[in-house]
Amino acid sequence: MRFSFFPGCTDHSTSLEYGLSTHAVFKTLGVELVEIEDWNCCGAAATHSINHLLSLCLPARNISKAQSSQAGPLVVPCAGCFNMLKRTEHVLKNDEAERKEIEEIVGFTYQPSLEILALMDVILNRIGLEKVQEKVKKPLKGLKLACYYGCALVRHPKITQLDDPENPQYLDRLMKSLGAEPVEWSYKIDCCGADLALTYGEVVKKLVGRIVSMAKEAGAQCIVTSCGLCQANLEMRQEIGLPIFYFTELMGVAFDVEKRDGWWKKHMISPKPLLESMGLV
Amino acid sequence: MSYRLYGFVTQPFRVDLRMEEIKLETVTSVGKVDSSFLEEATKKSGEDLSLCYQCLKCTAGCPTAPYMDIRPNNIIRMIQMGMKREVLGSSAIWLCVSCETCGTRCPNKIDIGVLMDALREMAIKEGVPAREKNIHLLHEAFVQSIRRGGRVHEATMLIDYKLRSKDFMTDLIPGMMLFLKGKIPLLPSFIKGREEIKRIFERCTKEK
Repeated sequence: MRFSFFPGCTDHSTSLEYGLSTHAVFKTLGVELVEIEDWNCCGAAATHSINHLLSLCLPARNISKAQSSQAGPLVVPCAGCFNMLKRTEHVLKNDEAERKEIEEIVGFTYQPSLEILALMDVILNRIGLEKVQEKVKKPLKGLKLACYYGCALVRHPKITQLDDPENPQYLDRLMKSLGAEPVEWSYKIDCCGADLALTYGEVVKKLVGRIVSMAKEAGAQCIVTSCGLCQANLEMRQEIGLPIFYFTELMGVAFDVEKRDGWWKKHMISPKPLLESMGLV
Repeated sequence: MSYRLYGFVTQPFRVDLRMEEIKLETVTSVGKVDSSFLEEATKKSGEDLSLCYQCLKCTAGCPTAPYMDIRPNNIIRMIQMGMKREVLGSSAIWLCVSCETCGTRCPNKIDIGVLMDALREMAIKEGVPAREKNIHLLHEAFVQSIRRGGRVHEATMLIDYKLRSKDFMTDLIPGMMLFLKGKIPLLPSFIKGREEIKRIFERCTKEK
């Protein structure tokens, strides 16, 4: 199995451990990820906040690169990048006038056959949980976690077309297949406000504080997420020291892949004490 | 009497429109509401704003509504009433984090996140200063970082933002922590197709 892969800018910076664990896990699963050549930034929230056309043309260039790479569906780990690429795909598929304008500016012809998939979607629906379970060497037995989806993966559902927007289950199902125990809680899709992290710290602290304390109240020992911005924001703006994992890291733990120490060193709140207490290091 | 009407739009949780108190001249003035802003916002966002019936679902689910000067439902009401200056000059349009909770829940399928994008762009085009200056400056610094290298380079982007906002002290410690963890690389990773990016920027920022 082979996919083209869009790492996104945070792969080299704030979510280093997400990229490292993703590659380790996919290697174990025997699935090849082919990085698209000379990709550019998706534009992120900043671009669609101030320039609509630019926010479509920047992702479109990546779509054109993925088309020409012919390495299969385009897989996107970062929730923010996924959302931007899907927004563009939505316009390319549904608005002929805008599609022509984008194609002309970027200099390509859109092929609707190219699929754009979230990393989690690939694991659940292309690779399958049976194959994931086959690779589990150390089940995450007894680990209580809160699955946090945030915004960009599930909303707007007409764009992302992924899971239920009010009570998504993808992460919960994946974590159960690794042997962990996802808790029931009401804040899995609440926004953590990461976009305002640098400009409105006080507001973000309140939003993060509520999410983290509610996870703890629901009995979770940690939060697991699939978004680089959410992970960094939840780790840096909370005050109770609850570890925040990427889902690929916990897959790596369950698969018992090598060189995991490097991932934990990148965390602001070290998850090592928790993993040690569970006998998972 | 117009106060009552304005009271309706600025106090979302105390809907207090007592019809019997509105005299004839107020109703007449409502009849004269300039609809050009509604038409402009509808066209720019592609959302049918006349469908809103003020159920307040958008505001109830919005994570940043408590910090906005005008709540999302009232933004729509004020657009319907032609209050362009107030809407484009509001903090609300900048505090929206595009989380799309509103648009997902709207019973009339109005995508308010998309509307907020359109309103921000209209404010910039009209030269209305951003009520939340730093939020706008950070967006600018981010976009300029992409223009320079094709990808975002956090270190130079943050320095650019600090210089623009002159807010040097906020988040120094978390920034240092990220740097020490190796999460803010010193060297930018420029792409080969920078000319292509430059061309895309030129085309997308050109006045229409």
